[in-house]
Amino acid sequence: MANTQSLCTSFLGELMTATHNFGTAPVRAVTSADTFKGALYLASATINAGTTVYTTTGEVTGTGYTAGGVTITNATAPTATNTSATAGTAYWTASASVTYSSVTLSTAFDTMLLYNSSQSNKAVGVYTFGSQTITAGNFTLTMPTNSASLALIRLSTT
Amino acid sequence: MLVNTIHGEMDDSLLEKREGSVDNDIEFTTWTEYWLDDELVHRSAHVTLKTSPFTALEGALLG
Repeated sequence: MANTQSLCTSFLGELMTATHNFGTAPVRAVTSADTFKGALYLASATINAGTTVYTTTGEVTGTGYTAGGVTITNATAPTATNTSATAGTAYWTASASVTYSSVTLSTAFDTMLLYNSSQSNKAVGVYTFGSQTITAGNFTLTMPTNSASLALIRLSTT
Repeated sequence: MLVNTIHGEMDDSLLEKREGSVDNDIEFTTWTEYWLDDELVHRSAHVTLKTSPFTALEGALLG
């Protein structure tokens, strides 16, 4: 037997459920999952790793679209999978497609910002795709497979 | 079949249907358009994300 330095895979998963706090954390009223939302952004916007919070700047506007976007379905808790003495992955994926129904979005958009509406709209992730417009139709964003290699959010040690 | 358009619901027999798709490492996307003469009256799109930005973590090694 031997010991091996690594971040613990369980810790990665617990980061996703706010178990650990090395600093000052927001006070939580409940222990259940937060509410996450997805907002769409114009191809001309600047949403990236430096984005800290949901913003209306650069967000799409149009018939049928409400500022802030739509609520993300979250029926599956994060998973943490250990693969070796030094490697593991924690991951999570929204449990349903994100759909913007009966909208007209005439200016090209190419990004969805995932953010936490339960925690002051703090940003989570930026997901880009080929530029789109929608005319009196639906825009559907189907999530990747919820696995250690493909999930929407993955934290991994290697 | 009735199609929701900028002019309200219209029978698809009156419209020209155009479809397209993109398939790359990031997404598989399909879209459907309906045209009335030279006017785009309906466009829907379906993006399937294949993967997402990956985050790797590493703790400082001691010693």
